[in-house]
Amino acid sequence: MAIQEIYDAVMEYDDTRVVELINQELDAGTDVKTILDEGMIAAMDMIGKQFSGGTLFVPEMLMAAEAVQAGLDVLRPHLVGTGTKPAGTVVLGTVRGDLHDIGKNLVGLMLEGGGFRVVDLGVDVDAETFITTAQENEADIIALSSLLTTSMPEMEKAVAAISEANENRNLNIKVMVGGPPINQNYADKIGAHGYGLDAPGAVALARTLVGD
Amino acid sequence: MGQMARQKPGDKTGTLIICCGAVAREIIAMIDANGWDDMRVDCLPAHLHNDPGRIPEGVRRKIRANRDLCERIVVLYSDCGTGGQLEDMLNEEGVESIKGAHCYEVFAGADTFAAMMKAEPGSFILTDFLTQHFERLVVKGLGLDRYPELRSTYFGKYKKLVYLAQSDDLALKAKAEAAAETLGLEFEMRFTGYGDFEKFLREQRR
Repeated sequence: MAIQEIYDAVMEYDDTRVVELINQELDAGTDVKTILDEGMIAAMDMIGKQFSGGTLFVPEMLMAAEAVQAGLDVLRPHLVGTGTKPAGTVVLGTVRGDLHDIGKNLVGLMLEGGGFRVVDLGVDVDAETFITTAQENEADIIALSSLLTTSMPEMEKAVAAISEANENRNLNIKVMVGGPPINQNYADKIGAHGYGLDAPGAVALARTLVGD
Repeated sequence: MGQMARQKPGDKTGTLIICCGAVAREIIAMIDANGWDDMRVDCLPAHLHNDPGRIPEGVRRKIRANRDLCERIVVLYSDCGTGGQLEDMLNEEGVESIKGAHCYEVFAGADTFAAMMKAEPGSFILTDFLTQHFERLVVKGLGLDRYPELRSTYFGKYKKLVYLAQSDDLALKAKAEAAAETLGLEFEMRFTGYGDFEKFLREQRR
């Protein structure tokens, strides 16, 4: 019953209530994975569906995301203890010259909720930082975000650098790209392995790229 | 749909300018001020900025609907977030357009805009149109009226609001200053006039 309340609190964008309920469940000994799957992920899936279906909009999605983030912050240390194997590791960031992070943060949150380990490098990230971080973390995917048309050339440079690193450093890192000015044609043109139209789409793409 | 034409009935000559609703008022004012009576304007809705994937086909429809009605068609859209798709479509249709990433760059001039963003990458830009409709497009559009706590989520990375002014209008300047205050950003105003839009149309008339 309380798990349903966690779900409802996310859908009502009530981050304080989400934290309170999760702490209650943890104190009561409820399985961490059950809280995550049936409370948080189920709510995020619904939010994703409503967003993709056009019945929920960016402000509402952001509010829900903040509630989910608050809940994940509480759950994360407990999840580590369960030894649950992540679906994959994604290094995520906004490309050099671009400070925008709303879309990137949403993608990170949805990926994490979807069972991925996410290493978020923030904004204004250069290609080499993406690559070395991916190497250090044995990442499966590098996810590049861009909002500015003017920073798109940096995305192209980063994809080229990752491709070169895959060849020269014997890596096998997939690259996915996204952001308002990005589309499938552009992703194909610059040689990315995939394009995520929105945050839920990015999670589906990441699952495909890791062969889930 | 979002049409704002200055078409003269029966006019099958002249130049049709297809542009975004966010700059149409300025384009019409510029044409009037210069007495370019052979030019008329048709625009697509400004809100397509939030859905740029729809811009190329919208412009294509305007081109095809007007090709036989005018001597020439010129498109005053820059890339506007279409990721090169608008340019590809215009090449297919054989129609010329203004170059640039977006209207901010066209108003300010490419070099000036690049220098401005290099000096402060955290610059949030308003034009006359965006200033005029700040409440509807920014405050309500981003849901800040319903969820004011999202302000830091949206604008936490910005440092400054730069108002690129097309007109010398003190009331608009006051609105832009108030917008900066609402968003908790420093304020800067730069008068651009019609920028490269005017330069481009003058070149087209030669």
